[in-house]
Amino acid sequence: MPKLIRDGEIVEDNWLAADPDSVATAGDRILSLEQWLGLALADKADHAVQLEPGQGPAPLFDYLDQLPLVTINFPVFTDGRGFSYARELRERGYRGELRACGHFIRDQLGYLQRCGFNAFQLAQESELEACLASLPGISEHYQASADNPLPLFRRRA
Amino acid sequence: MYVYDQYDQTIVDERVAQYRDQTERYLAGRLTEAEFLPLRLQNGLYVQRLAPMLRIAVPYGLLNSTQVRKLAQISREYDKGYAHISTRQNVQLNWPLLEEVPDILAELATVQMHAIQTSGNCIRNTTTDQYAGVAIDELEDPRPYCEIIRQWSTLHPEFAFLPRKFKIAVCGTSQDRAAIHAHDIGIELVPNEAGEIGCKILAGGGLGRTPVIGSVVCSWLDKKHLLTYLEAILRVYNQNGRRDNKYKARIKILVKAMGVDAFREAVEQEWAALKDGPATLTDEEIARAKSFFIAPDYLALDGEACLQALEARCAAEPIFGNWVKRNTVAHRVPGYRIVNISLKATGFAPGDITDAQLEQVAELAEQYSFGEIRSTHQQNLVLADVQMEQLYALWQSLQAAGLATANIGYLTDMICCPGGDYCSLANAKSLPVAEAIQARFSDLDYLYDLGPVELNISGCMNACGHHHIGHIGILGVDKKGQEFYQVCLGGSQAKDASIGKILGPSFSQEDMPDVIEKILSTYVELRQEEEPFLDTYRRVGIDPFKERVYAKAD
Repeated sequence: MPKLIRDGEIVEDNWLAADPDSVATAGDRILSLEQWLGLALADKADHAVQLEPGQGPAPLFDYLDQLPLVTINFPVFTDGRGFSYARELRERGYRGELRACGHFIRDQLGYLQRCGFNAFQLAQESELEACLASLPGISEHYQASADNPLPLFRRRA
Repeated sequence: MYVYDQYDQTIVDERVAQYRDQTERYLAGRLTEAEFLPLRLQNGLYVQRLAPMLRIAVPYGLLNSTQVRKLAQISREYDKGYAHISTRQNVQLNWPLLEEVPDILAELATVQMHAIQTSGNCIRNTTTDQYAGVAIDELEDPRPYCEIIRQWSTLHPEFAFLPRKFKIAVCGTSQDRAAIHAHDIGIELVPNEAGEIGCKILAGGGLGRTPVIGSVVCSWLDKKHLLTYLEAILRVYNQNGRRDNKYKARIKILVKAMGVDAFREAVEQEWAALKDGPATLTDEEIARAKSFFIAPDYLALDGEACLQALEARCAAEPIFGNWVKRNTVAHRVPGYRIVNISLKATGFAPGDITDAQLEQVAELAEQYSFGEIRSTHQQNLVLADVQMEQLYALWQSLQAAGLATANIGYLTDMICCPGGDYCSLANAKSLPVAEAIQARFSDLDYLYDLGPVELNISGCMNACGHHHIGHIGILGVDKKGQEFYQVCLGGSQAKDASIGKILGPSFSQEDMPDVIEKILSTYVELRQEEEPFLDTYRRVGIDPFKERVYAKAD
């Protein structure tokens, strides 16, 4: 079973990767946004969904209490749209697993975590240990963020 | 000026360590070239034609003498003994070694400096009016807001991989000296109907390939909402800005494509979710930021008497008088003047300063101006708080240091990017053109007669030399491997901002001084009494200039 980092630990992944070509929408497969949008209203809440760059999270906003997993894909690490998607999801109340997948790099993990990601599925599984060790990155921050909603100016002693 | 506490220092120190690790992994082959690229850019390191270039952040152009001495030492020990002031008020080193950059950053951190986000597709150094806090026409000092924005934008987790670079400028006077109309976001401190000062927010200005004047997104915003509003704009841009074509990726293209009303609506919608949240500024935080920019201990001087004494001295020694007239500006405190130090002496690349000169400036700042130095987007330096009585002694020292060229605001005080001599993006060299023009127009009396003329030179479309907003703009272009220069006229970076119009077909490098001379003599013939270049151009239009420049030789 593939492995990933979740909440600071290396764990096994019990979800099947998204496959936009698959017609089956089994419960343990992550769905593409198109597949997820095609589900009956009652089924939407039980299925994991993956966002691609250009697919903002607005369609998920009504289901944030129930979604078991949202994955945000980074086909190239320089496309930073997913950072904003993550923050929007967290700011609007999503508390479930928020997973980054694709080709983000280790040096982005700190930023990703601060934007609200709590799970990281790396393109190269061999990097998991090194990535885990590199978190949380820089220990102090100026801004409000998903993992600490108080900006530094509200915390300065 | 702002002083770091343990939080600021921790962030900068840990960033140095992080970058050292990234550099080591790159050198060891554990980070690919493509992966290292944005990481080094966000620490100010470009790889240029001949060597890497390190751009050091000077937040809103403010430096103290200790920092300037450190820059002198770094440019001597790690570079070739000179530094360059950029149009973003930053300092650039042209010859550092990639391997030594972590050490340079560690040196900088000891004097509360860094190179964070001076490059890359992220929020860059916030710039402002070089006369902030001392100008007579200022409504409110913009620097506390610059510092608030600096902290908010530094290592912002959401906006480090934007579609393209992002520049913010703030000014506190309607006489815009920060070119806010030519920025991704421009902020002007303005009163509302009740007289309360807030922020007017412009977005979508910019130079580059498609120059655009910014549009007003919000005509008055309570300052406490500044950061949440900026965050909303950036979020709309980060999600919707184009990523398929780097020439269409700036926010100006998005604002144009959406239309300013639809853009504003999207921002307002995003803002509704952020407004009044924890990122809302507190009165205490604004007061804290302001506390770093209180007036220094000015002496209570008799302004009238000081002025009379100065005038007498100027009359007695006309060279000094000329320098006072050209390079110093009225100060809001009686008995003081603002002093510009021109880095545009003939024979030197515009904006360059040697290590020895940096040390001399540091010394003079301590002696005469409360130990504070400013860099300007015109690529000069400023000593903001000099007693009139001490101007003469200061001038003598500046003369000895080769820093008393009396040309501020005149033709030879040109803005110029490093161009093809250094920059790998450039299509053409810009420094030799600047030098040839400087040499042709070295007669100061002629320059003074011409009055204020802003000449800006860029070596390529990226417009680092702001050619679109120079009264006269020069752009280097590449035609079949040969370097040519296009001229535009009528740009302005001031309150009445405008984009220059292209004169016509481009010229070869050797033609440039003649072309400029023809443009200027056309102006001299057509001007009405005391009419500055830009006004004449706006009155008569481009045609008379075009006719003269492209007239066939008899």
